[in-house]
Amino acid sequence: MSQVKKILHGPPALFNQGMMPHFCPGCHYGIMLRALMEALEETGVVRRSVLVTGIGCSMVSAHYIREIDGLVALHGRAPAVATGLKRVLGKDKIIITMQGDGDLSAIGMGEIMHAAARFEKLTTIFLNNANFGTTGGQMAPTSLVGQVTPTSPQGRDCDTDGFPLHMAEILAQIKGVVFSFRGAVNSLKNYNRTRRAMVKGLKNQMEDKGYSFIEVLSACPPSHHFKPAAGLRHVEEVLMKEFPLGEFKDSERPC
Amino acid sequence: MTEDKRILCQGNEAIGYGAIAAGCRFFFGYPITPQNEIPAFFARELPKVGGTFVQTESEISSINMLLGACAAGVRAITSTSSPGYSLMQEGMSAMHALELPGVVVDVQRGGPGSGSIATGQTDYNLATKSAGHGGLPNFTLAPASVQECHDFVQLAYYISEKYRILTVILSDAIIGQCAEMLEVKTLEFGELPKNKWWTIRTSGEKKGARNIMDSYMPFNYGSYFPAIRKKWENITANEIRYETRFVEDADIVIISWGSSARTSLEAILEAREEGIKVGLVRPITLMPFPEEIIRKSCARAKRVIVVEDSQGQMLHDVERVLGPGPNLSFVGIYSRDLTSGMGLLYPAPILEEIRRVAS
Repeated sequence: MSQVKKILHGPPALFNQGMMPHFCPGCHYGIMLRALMEALEETGVVRRSVLVTGIGCSMVSAHYIREIDGLVALHGRAPAVATGLKRVLGKDKIIITMQGDGDLSAIGMGEIMHAAARFEKLTTIFLNNANFGTTGGQMAPTSLVGQVTPTSPQGRDCDTDGFPLHMAEILAQIKGVVFSFRGAVNSLKNYNRTRRAMVKGLKNQMEDKGYSFIEVLSACPPSHHFKPAAGLRHVEEVLMKEFPLGEFKDSERPC
Repeated sequence: MTEDKRILCQGNEAIGYGAIAAGCRFFFGYPITPQNEIPAFFARELPKVGGTFVQTESEISSINMLLGACAAGVRAITSTSSPGYSLMQEGMSAMHALELPGVVVDVQRGGPGSGSIATGQTDYNLATKSAGHGGLPNFTLAPASVQECHDFVQLAYYISEKYRILTVILSDAIIGQCAEMLEVKTLEFGELPKNKWWTIRTSGEKKGARNIMDSYMPFNYGSYFPAIRKKWENITANEIRYETRFVEDADIVIISWGSSARTSLEAILEAREEGIKVGLVRPITLMPFPEEIIRKSCARAKRVIVVEDSQGQMLHDVERVLGPGPNLSFVGIYSRDLTSGMGLLYPAPILEEIRRVAS
């Protein structure tokens, strides 16, 4: 048995220690939440923020963060609920949505596209693990061609199931979006870039600048059928080939 | 809150005047006939009072924006017509799960599917029985005049905040698009709970306090369902509303709601001139259903006629209250003047039925 000699990074200050983590071993959602907590801390907006989550593994995210209000939206509807909240609460309040790829890019495609098109001043964290994790790893619009899932047992067939959607690139095309980014949390370098992108997304909203979209690639070891440690490699070697990391847009306020 | 005035306006606009008089400052909606005057009204009038109008990309978004706004504790509204009302069901179910107050207006068109764009009363079951999945009914008000559109919206806010319940105004193309004189004024109904402790207001600004709204409820069935039952017991005991006409001496009682109650009244007045003693019971709250007055009014009547512009939906509620039997008959969508969706239910077939059962 090895002993922990030194803790380099303790839990973030905003972590609600009373909440027992529900994520599967090797899941990257917890790391992304940490990045969000650090971004909230750095910008100092947590007490005037609301986290609107979708249905899926992102659902209980607000419970992990101290001092934040939360609202669990229906499947795919977080940007609409966030619009209602933002219009009522006003510029001073920060409304963040956190949605998985099943939630945002499948059932919620209309809501995300139109929230962005309406030039809502929101910040969306989009967790892309290329499948419907919560319901058992079914094929999502982001699943890779050839990916074997319970609903694509022969592998995703591009002829009948089409091709993965690249949300960060799609959102970058919309004028109301001022910042569109894709990152990962599989290495310290990528983690830091992702955290900085979240800080930027929050600052954009604080400055009433426009829609900010932050996509984060994640492994889903139980659904992808590999051991937790292999998830880091999977993100690097498989997901990043299909979904290149980068900043797809960083613009000034369009009007 | 707003200046009192008397104007000539449509039922749809009256919804708008009523909502603004009640302090509603947020509208979310999508175009659909025959309710288009409502979003047009709010788009024009809300900015004048510092309010917000959002045209949505679908009724699904409308109801979810309403959910967000109501979660923040303000008076907000959405309106639609039948197919759009169907699309709202999931969001309405979620509002019941979170026990959010709010007002949804359904200006009905007729029939299933895309239906027609003309009038109908075919959303009765949908409005009164269950908001989407889960079996939670809405508090449902049925206006029968332009003035009632204006008044009932205000009542809807009062009820919805008093009990934290989603309220539906079930209008139709006739009520929505006819023009009558309207007295615009803010109505008072009584005290409301001051402390909206349940709202999302970034409460973390007070150290240590926060609020998370979550309709995922595997752990709280034990508290949720009994609380809802208690709520409905209170609503049923205190909030039933109805109108009666000539029921004291009536041998024949007509039970009818919304626009078809006004059509029925025309037939009743003509029948009275012929010496037939006919009365009217008009449920105003469709849910909770005014069972007691129906039972009482029909106790001495020889015949009961249910009139509604549908295939018979409220009919089942009346049958449940009175029991089915040969004394109950029905005039509905089968008796319209035209077989097309543009047909209307006129007083003539109702008068005919009155004469038939009287003889």
